[in-house]
Amino acid sequence: MRMPRGGARFVIGFLALPVLLYVVFVIAPYLQAFYLAFTDWRGVSSTPRFSGFDNFTRLLADPTFWAAVGHHVVLLLALPLTTLAIALFFAFLLNMGAGTKGVRGSKFYQAVFFFPQVLAVAVIGVLFQAVYRPDQGGVLNGLLDLVGVAPIGWLTQPKLALWSLIAVLVWQAVGFYVVLFAAGMANIPKEVVEAAEIDGCGRARMFFQITLPLLWDTVQVAWVYLGIAAFDGFALVATLSVDRGGPDGSTTVLPLEIWRTAFTYSKFGYASAMGVALFVLSLTFAVLTLRVTRRERIEY
Amino acid sequence: MSAALPQNPSRRSVLKGLGMAALAAGPLSACAFGSSSEPSTGGATGEKSANNPFGVVANAPLEVVIFKGGLGDAYATDVHEPLYKKAYPQAEIKHVPTQQIAQTLQPRFAGGNVPDMIANSGSDMMDNGALQGEGQLLDLTALYNAPAIGGTGTVRDSLLPGSMEAGFIGGKPYMMKYIYTVYGLWYDSALFTKNSWAAPTTFEEFDALLGKIKAAGLQPYAYAGKNAAYYQYWMIAVTAGKIGGNQVLIDMDNLKEGVWTSDPVRQAAEAWASIGKKYLDPSFEGLTHTEVQTAQNQGKVGMYPSGSWLENEQKEQTPAGFQYALAPTPSVSSSDKLPYGAIRAAAGESYIVPSKAKNSAGGLEYLRVMLSKEGARGFTEKTGIITVVKGSADGLKLSPGTQSSNDALKKAGDNIITYNLFEDWYKEFETELRSKTNALMFGRINAEQFCKDIQAKADAVKADSSITKQSRTS
Repeated sequence: MRMPRGGARFVIGFLALPVLLYVVFVIAPYLQAFYLAFTDWRGVSSTPRFSGFDNFTRLLADPTFWAAVGHHVVLLLALPLTTLAIALFFAFLLNMGAGTKGVRGSKFYQAVFFFPQVLAVAVIGVLFQAVYRPDQGGVLNGLLDLVGVAPIGWLTQPKLALWSLIAVLVWQAVGFYVVLFAAGMANIPKEVVEAAEIDGCGRARMFFQITLPLLWDTVQVAWVYLGIAAFDGFALVATLSVDRGGPDGSTTVLPLEIWRTAFTYSKFGYASAMGVALFVLSLTFAVLTLRVTRRERIEY
Repeated sequence: MSAALPQNPSRRSVLKGLGMAALAAGPLSACAFGSSSEPSTGGATGEKSANNPFGVVANAPLEVVIFKGGLGDAYATDVHEPLYKKAYPQAEIKHVPTQQIAQTLQPRFAGGNVPDMIANSGSDMMDNGALQGEGQLLDLTALYNAPAIGGTGTVRDSLLPGSMEAGFIGGKPYMMKYIYTVYGLWYDSALFTKNSWAAPTTFEEFDALLGKIKAAGLQPYAYAGKNAAYYQYWMIAVTAGKIGGNQVLIDMDNLKEGVWTSDPVRQAAEAWASIGKKYLDPSFEGLTHTEVQTAQNQGKVGMYPSGSWLENEQKEQTPAGFQYALAPTPSVSSSDKLPYGAIRAAAGESYIVPSKAKNSAGGLEYLRVMLSKEGARGFTEKTGIITVVKGSADGLKLSPGTQSSNDALKKAGDNIITYNLFEDWYKEFETELRSKTNALMFGRINAEQFCKDIQAKADAVKADSSITKQSRTS
């Protein structure tokens, strides 16, 4: 197809500004971070000194870095699995809980599930400070106190703290994926569902043999999104955890360490090296996920 | 660290702050490190005279950045800036209050467009050592050698001992440390009098007292593990200093081999760990300093380690009748090198002049105004905190807490335990120390492990060639 006269100019005219903004604010900082990772820049001089692979050698021997990576591994497994399971369950009930229809009041539930998604992360941080407060003044511990259970240090026990944070991440994410899956389920042809019903297919079987396979593309995308979210967690860890990443470093994550290394230790070069490591990790994860979960597309 | 820490939880936007790329041509060449052709340094200077020792240009604008935390910023807007304006009526003063010093100023340092005076404080302060290492700070020797405003002799002569030295980096003053802070255990003297409790002089008495407070249904002792674990390691360091003399604190700052595993530090860690074990509720590890301090104001907490800014910081929450009082840390044994009355006191809160400021002479003059008797007195009136300027608070009616600090200082005499400068010098070490302090006080590791871990971190920092080393002798 030929473009009408002046069409190219028209398209370029529209694209130039967004592309420029993207290059300036996204691509360029990325490239600069890669460059900084090979310097010992401390954030204030105008001439970073080149230091070769020093930062990366140091990184490989840094126990804090490995602790953070370990936490990302836990997050990578727990966050998508839990979120997807809960979101799929809810979405199924809301949309196909009663055959081709959802359970009663499903529109209302869908809106309620979406609420956390609307809140800014900082708000969620403050909210859960109150929920997890370690004395009787906390929401959870206040309830426990009513039934005579001693307060639990949700965020102060090293073994529990990371899981408490994961719970917040899951709570926050579920709503979005319920809506995403609901949209996916709406696209499943009614005939297929009805045919299965006529053949006497039960709810559970319907879910595993009809819904899930036909929803696979959406689930795959969701998994990648959640995986990338599992490489973040900065805001929640910074607002909720003891001593930022504690107790005993049991909740620290890479973005937090990057922030600390850059802005507390004034080691911008080393922080950039961590950033590069994080970039490589997230990218590897995304590519691997898409590869491993690739399936034959079901046409309908 | 600094006196006032508002611990703003929403500081997450900063990761993006690395700026733009240098590779793109034309408009994109602006980058995080600024252009290589930076504006020239120092700024213009005018005629020097006895009244104008730095050669301030009378109509040069002055930009003052004030950390607006526990001290507020009224001391600048209502006292120092008007005083400066009185001397230089044509000068336009731009007053910039902020809580996020680093986020606001770091890009400006990189770009070469810096203010003329900065109150570099708060939990987001810039690393003074890094700034100095990059040649961004003005040497303040001229300030301390200049004649004091409204007094005789130099600025230096008009200050309490150790004030100038507190701002040394590599043997020269680069920071003007302004306030004189006294550290120890804080309690409500009204509550103590009512229950006939007395401040403990030894750890045995401390133990007994905390037992009594606990029996009365209060939390006997608390500090905020969530964001102010350093208040606690101060106490451990001060106790170690009391046992082994102030040299222990000097050795800590100099990363001396084996100082953390030495007897004084181990005994101090043991003494405090046993207090933690018996009297520290686990919930305090998850609470912030604001929450714990408010609990103390509500009469729920007995003793709390902090510095003399506490009373001012809590002004809004303190009920009538609550009387802040300061007790020195208890003695461990009769063979301690320093007496019970020995107390930590230090000049704190850094005020700096960037070397590349457009009006650095004005910045120096502003500091000289702050260090004048009138400027210091006004500061004490506004904040209730004493400054490094000798006798500037004389005759002022002081609040109970400040009065108590002054009394403690008088009793201590020459037995002053110094500050931990490693907090400014070695942030990596400091971060580890906070984490291990929580682990020690909340019973996850014992004193021996604590000392071993901290010593290991000190050794690692010492061996790390990328960290600039500092030292002090007094």
